Amino acid sequence: MAKPSLDISVRRKIGSLDLELDFSASTGGLTAVFGRSGSGKTTLINMLAGLLKPDAGRISLYGKVVFDSDAGIDLPPDRRNIGYVFQEGRLFPHMKVKTNLLYGVKGGLRSEQKIVLDEVVELLGIGKLLDRRPHHLSGGEKQRVAIGRALLMNPDLLIMDEPLAALDDMRKHEILPFIERVRDEIVTPIVYVTHSVAEIHRLASSVIVMREGRLLASGSVAEVERYLSLSERMQEMQREQKSA
Amino acid sequence: MGAEFWTTPLSEQEWSAISLSLKVSLWAIVAGLPVAVFFAWLLAYKEFWGKSLVNGIVHLPLVLPPVVCGYLLLITMGNNGIIGKFLNETFGLNFVFSWRGAALAAAVMAFPLMVRAIRLSFESVDRKLAAAASTLGASPLRAFVTITLPLISPGIIAGLILAYARSLGEFGATITFVSNIPGETRTLPIAIYTYTQMPNGDLPAARLVIVAVVLAMVALVGSEMLTRRLSKVLHG
Repeated sequence: MAKPSLDISVRRKIGSLDLELDFSASTGGLTAVFGRSGSGKTTLINMLAGLLKPDAGRISLYGKVVFDSDAGIDLPPDRRNIGYVFQEGRLFPHMKVKTNLLYGVKGGLRSEQKIVLDEVVELLGIGKLLDRRPHHLSGGEKQRVAIGRALLMNPDLLIMDEPLAALDDMRKHEILPFIERVRDEIVTPIVYVTHSVAEIHRLASSVIVMREGRLLASGSVAEVERYLSLSERMQEMQREQKSA
Repeated sequence: MGAEFWTTPLSEQEWSAISLSLKVSLWAIVAGLPVAVFFAWLLAYKEFWGKSLVNGIVHLPLVLPPVVCGYLLLITMGNNGIIGKFLNETFGLNFVFSWRGAALAAAVMAFPLMVRAIRLSFESVDRKLAAAASTLGASPLRAFVTITLPLISPGIIAGLILAYARSLGEFGATITFVSNIPGETRTLPIAIYTYTQMPNGDLPAARLVIVAVVLAMVALVGSEMLTRRLSKVLHG
């Protein structure tokens, strides 16, 4: 196993959730964060991105400490260099698609960066949308632009928070191939929050399983499945969630 | 009213009241805007000790008799007032018997209206968009200027127009604070009042009333058009 790139040890109370996590994970490729709603998935990634402050603890990414309550370190989101694709896209409504895409580009267009506009536009098939406003895009198109916008900031880590959850089945199948392309053609590691077993099987190389604010298991998908006979449990959890 | 009502050109005093009013109102809303944006932001987004007190003070000019506001301005901003004395001695800035004082009185009276309109649009903006901007590397200042500010611009326009209309109509605080000096503090409403008190003042008073109605209408129609264009820009 590769050297752990994510070291996290945090506590946070939020509503009825009492989150306590202490684990290390290597986040090469696409790492899925799995659990039912209310298990603390979004709380975890918001603490990674700096949008939510842990009550106490320490978070380090690739050796860079982004939060340490003892040392008084709490980097704001704009200094963590973590891309974030939100469930609802969150495109800026008053800007064209192209302006949205370039919002996070450091030093403007001429800067020398690894991921450039043309590449992202081609990768996500959004060339025809550049002059449009977010208002005129379908849900799937919005999500592709949101992914492109996060990639163009050249993040050290790309977080995707259930990017398919707000879409119907047809749109999901339209987007999945694009996410696979991002995973395979861009070196940026991805943390992908989901409660869909199918998405994990299709996309993830490793998985972090959460339950009621605690870590249940983590490792490669195969390992975790063997360890927990996860597939069964996952389906059980999904059934519960559907009936809930 | 005979034909002379329409044919006699506006006299120099009438023009002076109109242009003074426009100058005073413009300065009142331009100078008041940054302060109003700050307080609207504070009241919409921040929780702090004494918030209801600040909220109350901001709204005070709306509920106090204008004459009381004028009196309070006189004792604080006058040349012997606590703030007025300091400003006069340090910057040579004088408000008493000056159009600047009229602008200050108008700004104070219009302030609550401006804050209310802008605060409402702060509250209706999706704050998640600014959070998204911060994950894209935008500092709080850049997120505010590039995301929040454009999205609240309809509220800013509405606040400016309301405040402009209120400033044009300001009478009580102005006359109490800076008196009624032709060309310096005799604004449109004060001129109308003065003419009604003069023999043969009916004609100029009536004409200035028409000017006041036209100015108010222009502001309303202009803001309507601007808001429609803005919402097209903002929401496609």
